[in-house]
Amino acid sequence: MSAVAAKVAGPLDVARIRADFPVLARTVHGGKRLVYLDNAATSQKPQAVIDAMSAVYTEHNANIHRGVYEFSETTTAAFEGAREKVARFINAPQTREVIFCRNATEGTNLVMNTWAREHIGAGDRIVTSVLEHHSNFVPWQQLCQQVGAELVVVDVDDDGRLRRDQFTAALARGPKLVAITQTSNGLGVVNPVKELAAEAHQAGALILVDAAQSVPHLPVDVQDLDCDFLVFSGHKMLAPPGSGAVWGRSRLLEAMRPFLYGGDMIARVSVDLSTWNELPWKFEAGTSAYVDAIGLGAAIDYLNAVGMEAVHAHEALLTAYVLPKLLGTPGVTVYGPKTLEDRVGVISFNIDGIHPHDVATIFDSEGLCVRAGHHCNQPLMTRLGTAATTRASFYLYNTIEECDALLAAIKTAQKIFKV
Amino acid sequence: MDDFYREFILDHYKNPHNFGELPGATNEYHDTNPLCGDEITMYLKIDADDRVEDVRFLGKGCAISQASASILTDEVKGKTLDELKAIDRDHVIASLGITLSPARLKCALLSLKTLKGSAWGLTEWPGEPPKASATGISDPGSRK
Repeated sequence: MSAVAAKVAGPLDVARIRADFPVLARTVHGGKRLVYLDNAATSQKPQAVIDAMSAVYTEHNANIHRGVYEFSETTTAAFEGAREKVARFINAPQTREVIFCRNATEGTNLVMNTWAREHIGAGDRIVTSVLEHHSNFVPWQQLCQQVGAELVVVDVDDDGRLRRDQFTAALARGPKLVAITQTSNGLGVVNPVKELAAEAHQAGALILVDAAQSVPHLPVDVQDLDCDFLVFSGHKMLAPPGSGAVWGRSRLLEAMRPFLYGGDMIARVSVDLSTWNELPWKFEAGTSAYVDAIGLGAAIDYLNAVGMEAVHAHEALLTAYVLPKLLGTPGVTVYGPKTLEDRVGVISFNIDGIHPHDVATIFDSEGLCVRAGHHCNQPLMTRLGTAATTRASFYLYNTIEECDALLAAIKTAQKIFKV
Repeated sequence: MDDFYREFILDHYKNPHNFGELPGATNEYHDTNPLCGDEITMYLKIDADDRVEDVRFLGKGCAISQASASILTDEVKGKTLDELKAIDRDHVIASLGITLSPARLKCALLSLKTLKGSAWGLTEWPGEPPKASATGISDPGSRK
């Protein structure tokens, strides 16, 4: 076991995991080791995912669901196999309830343009929160404006935790849909989605869960959560961009009109009339990003081999290490929960007197990759009273050493800016 | 990094010149960098001879965007609107004297964009060839 892994003494053999990610071995800015702490933006990819995708191109590339030749059947089987892996990963009752899409944003838009357009009208209400990523906010805001519905935005407390009293009050107003994130990409706060789903159902509303930041980091079980729709992106969970999925209850998906029209999503087309394919293909018009989906399947295999409980525990360990140190650093303001309860390894902060972009530029010169900006969270940033934050976000390959590098880089930034 | 955040840039950032609202401004233009939320409002007071009698800016954001605005406003005071046209992106970059990555370039050029917007009502990014219809000072643009 390497020094790094020994120092972590956590649930994961991080040195071994790191060896699976080619990009983590590179250096930047003339020999500085890469410290990648921008996992909430996107994750790095293990060789197993790269290989699975290369294998399609080098061994059996053919369009899916079309060819009769063996090649095509191999690719189709790999694509549909990836769907089964996704279904098992989130414990979907049925594989046909998993619809591949480009990312969580497209997933939200799918539900907005199908179920919501058929069920949300003038005077109806949709409940969401100020925590949302724009992907789970702008679609609902726009739909409400278009059809004359009301978007009820539940606030958070000063630590970024959902105001449950406001949530309950919002439900009392009889919304048809609750669209809420499981884990905030900006603050790392975890919403009690299972409780929120029970409350939503009691009020007669459906609930869509934005799981883009939770599926990569926590065990997620759609049956346990008892939600109605769940969307996530592959690229934040070791898979390629362009892969992602919507899960929905089959009885809802069956009744919904298609999202996009075209090839592969039809059962039969005549000059006058078209009928639709079965689930899930009714929602997958055109040639799917099948290589990306196969990459997502390989990423799930990788995460399953590590174990999602262990991934979560490792990130909790890094957060437990760095959060108190950040809170104790003079001139540093941490946003979001100050305790480890209901929190994942996404830490937003600001350094007094230094804009996050300047922080990120200085960090970059030290080899550290972090996000600086509003994180597609502008309503949340406004609520927190800041235009932007610096955000460090962990994944299974990060180390305590890298947390130390983060803390040291903060001192460097303060020194350069003389604050 | 010490070279990037050189003393004079930090000085302009911490103590920006020509900072604040401009009473009696004839022109103003506000813009943001949507990527990071840098924000600048550029106020100009143009006299009867089309000369910049006074200039001020309000803004918040990173050291590069705010220092750039501070340096630029120092420079434009007393110039005619015509003379302002000679100030292009290369000039602004040169006056900062540092190498900027594409992401940080937008921070540096927000000041120029708001200056052009204020002077001529331009809306495109600075450094791009001005549209013929938008270059004439006869176009009132954002004049109050």
